[in-house]
Amino acid sequence: MFELLGIPPQVLLGQLLLGLINGSFYAVLSLGLAVIFGLLNIINFAHGALYMAAAFVAWMLLEYLGIGYWPALILAPLIVGAFGVLLERTMLSRLYHLDHLYGLLLTFGLALIIQGLFRNYYGISGLPYQIPEALSGGRNLGFMFLPNYRAWVVVASVLVCFGTWFMIEKTRLGAYLRAATENPVLVGAFGINVPLMIMLTYGFGVALAGFAGVLAAPIYSVNPNMGADLIIVVFAVVVIGGMGSIMGAILTGYMLGLVEGLTRVFYPEGSAVVIFVIMAIVLLIKPEGLFGRTA
Amino acid sequence: MEKTAAETNHAAPVAEQAGMPGLHKAIFAVLLAFLVVLPFLVYPVFAMKVMCFALFAAAFNLLLGFGGLLSFGHAAYFGGASYVAAHAAKVWGLTPELAVLCGTAAAAVLGLAIGALAIRRQGIYFAMVTLAFAQMVYFFSLQVPFTGGEDGIQSVPRGDLFGLIPLEDNVALYFFVLAVTFGGILFLYRIVHSPFGQVLKAIRENEPRAISLGYNVNRYKLMVFVLSATFAGLAGALKSQVFQLSSLTDVHWAMSGEVVLMTLLGGMGTIFGPLVGAAIIVTMQNYLATFGAWVTIIQGVIFVIGVLLFREGIVGVISRWIKRPL
Amino acid sequence: MLNKLALGTALGALAASGALAQDITVKLGVLNDRSGIYADLSGEGSAVATRMAVEDFGAADKGMSVEVISADHQNKPDVGSNIARQWYDVDGVNAIVDVPTSSVALAVADITAEANGVLLDSGAGSTSLTREQCQPTTVHWTYDTAALANGTGGAVTNAGGKKWFFLTADYAFGHSLEENTMAVVKANGGEVVGNVRHPFPSQDFSSFLLQAQGSGADVIGLANAGGDTVNAIKQASEFGITQAGQSLAALLMFVTDVHSLGAETAQGLNLTEAFYWDQNDATREWSARFEEQMGAKPTMVHAGAYSATMAYLAAVEALGSAEDGRAIVAKMREMEIDDPLFGKVKVRADGRAIHDMYLFEVKTPAESEGEWDLYKQISSISGEDAFLPMLDECDFSKM
Repeated sequence: MFELLGIPPQVLLGQLLLGLINGSFYAVLSLGLAVIFGLLNIINFAHGALYMAAAFVAWMLLEYLGIGYWPALILAPLIVGAFGVLLERTMLSRLYHLDHLYGLLLTFGLALIIQGLFRNYYGISGLPYQIPEALSGGRNLGFMFLPNYRAWVVVASVLVCFGTWFMIEKTRLGAYLRAATENPVLVGAFGINVPLMIMLTYGFGVALAGFAGVLAAPIYSVNPNMGADLIIVVFAVVVIGGMGSIMGAILTGYMLGLVEGLTRVFYPEGSAVVIFVIMAIVLLIKPEGLFGRTA
Repeated sequence: MEKTAAETNHAAPVAEQAGMPGLHKAIFAVLLAFLVVLPFLVYPVFAMKVMCFALFAAAFNLLLGFGGLLSFGHAAYFGGASYVAAHAAKVWGLTPELAVLCGTAAAAVLGLAIGALAIRRQGIYFAMVTLAFAQMVYFFSLQVPFTGGEDGIQSVPRGDLFGLIPLEDNVALYFFVLAVTFGGILFLYRIVHSPFGQVLKAIRENEPRAISLGYNVNRYKLMVFVLSATFAGLAGALKSQVFQLSSLTDVHWAMSGEVVLMTLLGGMGTIFGPLVGAAIIVTMQNYLATFGAWVTIIQGVIFVIGVLLFREGIVGVISRWIKRPL
Repeated sequence: MLNKLALGTALGALAASGALAQDITVKLGVLNDRSGIYADLSGEGSAVATRMAVEDFGAADKGMSVEVISADHQNKPDVGSNIARQWYDVDGVNAIVDVPTSSVALAVADITAEANGVLLDSGAGSTSLTREQCQPTTVHWTYDTAALANGTGGAVTNAGGKKWFFLTADYAFGHSLEENTMAVVKANGGEVVGNVRHPFPSQDFSSFLLQAQGSGADVIGLANAGGDTVNAIKQASEFGITQAGQSLAALLMFVTDVHSLGAETAQGLNLTEAFYWDQNDATREWSARFEEQMGAKPTMVHAGAYSATMAYLAAVEALGSAEDGRAIVAKMREMEIDDPLFGKVKVRADGRAIHDMYLFEVKTPAESEGEWDLYKQISSISGEDAFLPMLDECDFSKM
């Protein structure tokens, strides 16, 4: 049988598929970051904490109100998005005229607070959240067993990512948004409420993180640290894709999921660092990122 | 950053040509006097930790506050030097001052290698390149056997200074650390107020103009990067001697974040800001240890309040009040 | 330090010569992780357990004044060693309790020996504490990686799980857990068909689990801890690994981890612990009191902090002073300990506390009658079989 570096092809195929699934999370998360950066110029370090918060909100909805997975998939992002809007109104909106550094530091502080609060109230061990009935089980693909839920993760993320891309790049609303970031004064003069648009954009970016959080809740342990280490990886994804590039963030998310998946087969210890190696190389050779327009 | 830079500059007319101004002399003198009696007032190891971090923050501030370059990977030099110094003292059996020198030299070499690549990028891209390399250093530290994985290098002997003066005693070690850190900080002060420092300021304020004035901007940037890495390494190497261990904590990205916090809280681009910031953060971590998870929440709140209300940092605010550069 | 020692011996002499017991003051410092991944299994719970021990010991009635303080070492050796030094040098702490995270525990053990205090370790798993880095002032109470390997590794191999694949956290603790278990598996006639080292911490284990599945092993040994173990088990169930006939063996898992997974996901899992709240009347009574204060059942680490403190206070009472750590540990080694939670315990000459360990299986949802009704006991392993034999150079009774 044909083998690549000692790995049979069906195993490789399985690993690539798993990489794609992980890439789905990266794509949705980095898309949210890219939307916020591209349109608000804020590096949202609280993204991971908000992703975690949404997973907790999904758990709370089930535990306290008996609301299941499917409604939570809409409700939790809305709740977390609304919280994001509150953050934007009270704090972030004061920083737009300043260097990126301050937005990064402020959201870093917010991340510490959010994680600390959840840790204090829910402990660190994590909480159980079951896969919804309709998606339990899985199918045998011949080369691997694919749980239905993971297949759903890929479908859901592709839909959300390309829906977002379409809205920003191809619709009138998106055109206003892009124009507002280029020249807020001019767009305001056309009678468009720019602060409102910016606020909703941040809320939307955060809601994307929330969506990823609910998607993750049934397969990862719902615990206060689930976003902490993810954030710098996702951050790296955005940089590699090209800061502010919507399509770049999406494609790079899936791509790095694949690369990481392969690393897990050939050099598992290195799977945590491979993304940073790629980031360094990309930044040194093509600083505007793989899909970025200008540096 | 543009805004703060302008603000600090407004409060800080360049008046340092004729040596150290009286105010700074006075502050350094009071600080030194205070530090001499400090080990008899508080626990010396705690005081040494504060001084190591003060030097680390001051070194970082040289790059950020005066060079205008935000590195998000300074833990690599701090932790890297700490490993080398600990290894030198424990395995090679070098005396403390030589071990510290080894660590510092390692940080300088590392800084030169990473800096040469990183300074080609600006702003957030610069920060990300430094982060990427720091993550690689972390990975390397985790994988190579000599660092002892997450156990770190433990039971590092304190040894005899110059092979003569035993440093087992906390107070003896304290004065060694005091001499090195204070000397280091004075040296950094000297750099900032030298012609080299003036060129740095010019580059930070307006890079194209500096280029058109004929300065080799990249060479200056690289020099300040290496200097900053070297002194960060000196601080890390000292820390390994004080705690007799070096561990992954020192190379983790959270450490890079911590030094940014210290510098920002104290006031970036000021001389005394990083020292104040380091003292506050270390004291807080020390005395709030009982509160457990609340420490991170309190730190987060400080970040938020700092960014929203005191962007110039504590010393920056004081400097504005008294209308004198600090 | 010298003064303190001299004073201590003087006080000890005084007490021994029949002076009032009121002279005995003891300060205990509970040093553990209060905010990170081990906060639930040690954390505030260990401080509560230590205070319960002081109360149950009746310290006040015996004229001893005992104070308990606590701090967070954040799983960082430098933070932990800083606090430990300060406690001994400045705050007059006599003994440090708990200290999970091997790297911190090893640093604190050295400092404790230097200061002639006592380290009552409950939370750490490294066998080095009583082997490569043994100290005459260390008592390692609850468990270690070798005992876990012997318990789970031995039992599962003997039950027919001959071919093992290891999923190991890529850090020193994971490596030593893997190494210990491999030795046990081979000694019991099993074989190791492969292993994979995953970065610590990891979120997604699907790729590693798939490699394990492809290996044809009977058993997948999880040489990791905390959130990593929980995630790996959760995803193994999702990918149908267990349904397909492979079984999982969690080499380090606490009742809080199982609780977080729920019986639905964790059912059938084998694991080794030194204590379970529902073992007998004494453990149930104590655990109920613990739950009143903490809102959760205790882990074996909490129970260990309690029992080690009880034994320590008994030794201090017998000596009449808490100043000389070496003497107290020597006294603890002599004592016959019959503990309400651990049963018969013997502190060996190297500081290793020898007691029975238990192999548990996680109940199915049908068997479980409450959110904490999680284990059924499969077998018990005697202390002599569970722990590694003593190294000669660590026999402190000869020194």
